[in-house]
Amino acid sequence: MSTVSDAAAKAVPPGAPGAFGLVGRSVRDSLVVAKRNLIRMLRIPEVVIFGLIQPIMFVVLFSYVFGGSIAVGGSTDPSTYRQFLMAGIFAQTVTFATAGAGAGIADDMHKGLIDRFRSLPMARGAVLTGRTLADLVQTALTLVVLAVVAVIVGWRTHAGIPKAIAGFALLLLLGYAFSWIGALIGLSVRTPEAATSGGLIWLFPLTFISNAFVPSDNMPTVLRHIAEWNPFSATVQAARRLFGNLPDGYPVPAAWPMQHPVWASLIWSLVIIVVFRSLSVRKYRSATG
Amino acid sequence: MPGAIFAEGLVKTFGDVRALDGVDLDVPEGTVLGLLGPNGAGKTTAVRVLTTLIKPDRGSAVVAGIDVLKHPDAVRRVIGLSGQFAAVDEYLTGRENLRMVGQLYQMSSRAARVRADELLERFHLGDAADRMAKTYSGGMRRRLDLAAALVVSPPVMFMDEPTTGLDPRNRQQLWEVIQELVAGGTTLLLTTQYLEEADHLAHDIAVVDHGRVIARGTSDQLKARTGGERVEVVVHAPEHIAVADEVLRGFGKGETKIEEHTRKVTVPVSGGAKLLAEVIRELDTRGIEIDDIALRRPTLDDVFISLTGHAAETTEDETGGGEREGEREGEEEQEREQEPERKGTAS
Repeated sequence: MSTVSDAAAKAVPPGAPGAFGLVGRSVRDSLVVAKRNLIRMLRIPEVVIFGLIQPIMFVVLFSYVFGGSIAVGGSTDPSTYRQFLMAGIFAQTVTFATAGAGAGIADDMHKGLIDRFRSLPMARGAVLTGRTLADLVQTALTLVVLAVVAVIVGWRTHAGIPKAIAGFALLLLLGYAFSWIGALIGLSVRTPEAATSGGLIWLFPLTFISNAFVPSDNMPTVLRHIAEWNPFSATVQAARRLFGNLPDGYPVPAAWPMQHPVWASLIWSLVIIVVFRSLSVRKYRSATG
Repeated sequence: MPGAIFAEGLVKTFGDVRALDGVDLDVPEGTVLGLLGPNGAGKTTAVRVLTTLIKPDRGSAVVAGIDVLKHPDAVRRVIGLSGQFAAVDEYLTGRENLRMVGQLYQMSSRAARVRADELLERFHLGDAADRMAKTYSGGMRRRLDLAAALVVSPPVMFMDEPTTGLDPRNRQQLWEVIQELVAGGTTLLLTTQYLEEADHLAHDIAVVDHGRVIARGTSDQLKARTGGERVEVVVHAPEHIAVADEVLRGFGKGETKIEEHTRKVTVPVSGGAKLLAEVIRELDTRGIEIDDIALRRPTLDDVFISLTGHAAETTEDETGGGEREGEREGEEEQEREQEPERKGTAS
């Protein structure tokens, strides 16, 4: 305990601009926090493992239980449904990042560590951005495992590797967008448990009133319109197209997002990120003030 | 020229509770101010305002010459905060925690690495550096938390009840660290519920109650205001009480108090240990056999009773401030119950 006298020497001068510009600081701080969250995921692997089991069960259950009964593009061949289904399962899986981000942030907000973060000269949004980036990494890992399982049960892409990669990129962007919705939920509730359930409940109507599991054209009119304009449907439709998984004779609905799913998916995701990131950062700043 | 920590008219309300009700503080550079008060007095709220964690409803504050409300980010560069609830990530190792904090203080990752190693060594955490913080004992966590607050060797430090809940050995260790810091020129604001702690560490003490500073001064000044020291004698034989009473009256500066059933005679005095020796000699000369004799100094309870008319221990309507603080102070209370603090006999 000898180095107390370095106190004055090492102190950063007041008001000095960070060694990195404001944007640089924000990026760097976010990465530092993301690293912290990734280390935590490695130390608590149960969370990641349970996150994998559910989508794998969905792949298997939907493929073999519903596969023979759902007609897609006029065909009841189970393998046709399997091709059709996978983009839906992938998209549903990435949206579950919402619950993870929400619970993680709610948990952080109730621990002393948040006071430490808030008393440090770090970028204000970095605690949240770091969390959503770490969730993005986790989501990407989950998608990789899920794609392997999908290939095992017979799923294939038919439009070439670059388009398939673009499809996965759109899915991840949607997952990232949804983790910002989760962040806002996590900041708005009192306990991590509430963030988990609050982060999940609305995902069920969102993902089922869509084209993810069944074509939307058999739904009642109101639901059909919702399904066609659902941001989630746009990404599912875009991924299906990029994977070459739309069966021959599949009637593409006339709604604009279904006609231009790649654009619709991009726009929806970016809008969600901008809106929910701003709301979340503002909420974080005033959380205890 | 205002001090390193300066606050004027701070007011903060949470719902109906006025956690801060016009607090003024002035801590000269290089000195220690002890903010002394019971649970819910507003100590934590004051620290949270000064460390930019919450905004006051009214009033102003300047830390290291920087306006806390106008330039919070600049303030964050020059302060360190260590609280009663160790603010470390349990799933990160000690080393990872300190590196992360260093980087978030905008140090390069190399500098943060070097600094983390230095601090781990200095706080005797070298052996546990690569274990997750959740495996640490309470004292180790507190040291890690303090180390995190010292990553940039901030010129101004805030410690919110740094030793609450620690065992005496860990408390002593932490006191030594704090004294070293102060010797190095750091300005420190420390909150505590223990008069002994404020006595030991602080140059000046501000007593807080119901969001107000109700007294300030050195610990000697405060004790003097509470009536100061007293001598207590327990005689062996009941028939000696009267003589002892007569002797004590001669040395005291006030009324004596006699408790027949415990054979105890008490008198307020000034003059400390030297006087105690004289009392003993005199009693001896008169042939009075004594079972016990002690010079008692005022405790936090005495200070509070004399300043506020109520004891520090009572928590009646003191809910602190807001949900967060309410929650914390609740925990604090449990710790206090487990570890009642009583000042021993000074002789």
